[in-house]
Amino acid sequence: MPFIRPVAARAATAFSRLWPAVLSVGGLFLLWEAYAQFSGIPPTTLPAPSRVLAQGALHSQALWDNTLPTITATVLGFACSVSAAFVFSVLIDFFRPLRRALLPVFVISQTLPMIAIAPLVVLWFGFGLTPKIMLVALVTFFPMLIALLQGYASTADEIEQLVASMGAPRWRIFLIARLPSALPFFFAGLRISITYAVVGAIFAEYAGAAKGLGIYILNAKNNFRPDLVLAAVMVSATLTLLLFGVTVLLQRLSMPWLRLSGSHKP
Amino acid sequence: MSAARLELRGIAKAFGDLQVLGELSIAVGKGEFVSILGPSGSGKSTIFKLLTGALLPDAGAMLFDGAPLQPDHRPFAFMPQRDALMDWRRIIDNTTLGLEVQGIGRMAARRRVAPLFAEFGLAGFEQHYPAQLSGGMRQRAALLRTVVQDKDMLLLDEPFGALDALTRADMQRWLETMWSRHGWTSLLVTHDVREAVLLSDRIYVLSARPGRIIAEVAVPLSRPRRTGAAVAAIEAGILDLLLSTPTQRT
Repeated sequence: MPFIRPVAARAATAFSRLWPAVLSVGGLFLLWEAYAQFSGIPPTTLPAPSRVLAQGALHSQALWDNTLPTITATVLGFACSVSAAFVFSVLIDFFRPLRRALLPVFVISQTLPMIAIAPLVVLWFGFGLTPKIMLVALVTFFPMLIALLQGYASTADEIEQLVASMGAPRWRIFLIARLPSALPFFFAGLRISITYAVVGAIFAEYAGAAKGLGIYILNAKNNFRPDLVLAAVMVSATLTLLLFGVTVLLQRLSMPWLRLSGSHKP
Repeated sequence: MSAARLELRGIAKAFGDLQVLGELSIAVGKGEFVSILGPSGSGKSTIFKLLTGALLPDAGAMLFDGAPLQPDHRPFAFMPQRDALMDWRRIIDNTTLGLEVQGIGRMAARRRVAPLFAEFGLAGFEQHYPAQLSGGMRQRAALLRTVVQDKDMLLLDEPFGALDALTRADMQRWLETMWSRHGWTSLLVTHDVREAVLLSDRIYVLSARPGRIIAEVAVPLSRPRRTGAAVAAIEAGILDLLLSTPTQRT
């Protein structure tokens, strides 16, 4: 098989790609630590990262209990928005006038300020999971829809003309040519919106929830515990990174041809 | 040329005020290799769009074996400019595309295509992706995808236009060999005079827009053809004709 590299070589490549990120993030943490230790700033204003980590570890059970609802809201809300975006993208692709009818509505939905909408949605739908799912869907739907529409439009004219010349009806041209052409755009949209999704879930919880990272952050702030606020922020950052990693992994698995461009040309 | 397979009579096509084709009449006989040669913008690709049904003519008749072309049953296998291979499909699945659209199962389609890979110089590359192939190999895969559809006639739209000069010359020789062996009824559209002379039995020379036939040139050379004095003489004659025909400069 020409395109499977040995494990050792792949590990070496992974390391050579990772170390700049490790250096930059590690450097920032070191600067922060040094400033917190030596500037005389009180830990109730800016705790050192070491203190954040230690307190986070001490409260790990509570943090974990509040992370689970956030993960649930993020994943469910995101699943809803991706499905809805797919359905609407197909409808718009087949019935072009819908684009002009619907797009303004979706654009307006993006101009709604979260800070006003989140409390209202909680007021209407309560403290349960529903308002969180809705808010996550609200912030991620539009980028996914645009990514898909642009993806369909990126289909090469020659390919469409070719498939049409073979006698394929419109829906088969969509399945054979337009949908696969949209894959790279779909994954680009996925990577962008997954980072919005976690923030959206936390904001929804902040506006009102029984459990979740958002409400945990609010309580920690009200108890003058910036160390726990930051610990929760680190958890949410880690969560976002993990979800981001999942989308990258999904992309690699579903688009294997992208990794071998230019290799092994005879 | 006796009974024509494809016959176009007085085809005209305009886009708004822009007359692209005016009164175009051509015929292609069974097993014949015919080229339409013309400058850029002479409506060459429009002819293929009319034939494949992507566009409708404003006037004229399109006949195949004497009967008007039906919109839902086109007897053509079309090879577009560049190769139009799908990046996301392996070579074997790219070549079975036409069969899949015809409703043949993936496995059956693969079995039908697989034995042809050797003849097309693609043996061993069935499972590769297009990005892993050279330009010439991609064109051979595209031609394989075209002929395996088993249609009555091939439509080749500047198939080698995107290749470098050496690969193009190589592919032209290869295509001539393949054509001599199989006798596909073929219509080629090109702006490369030498390509038309090397490959065709007859050449229709098209004027600049609005495209109309300004000459019909028979190429009575034996095959296999190689560049030489005879080819160069015909080539020079056609070039003179094209360059001396007044064009509307815009």
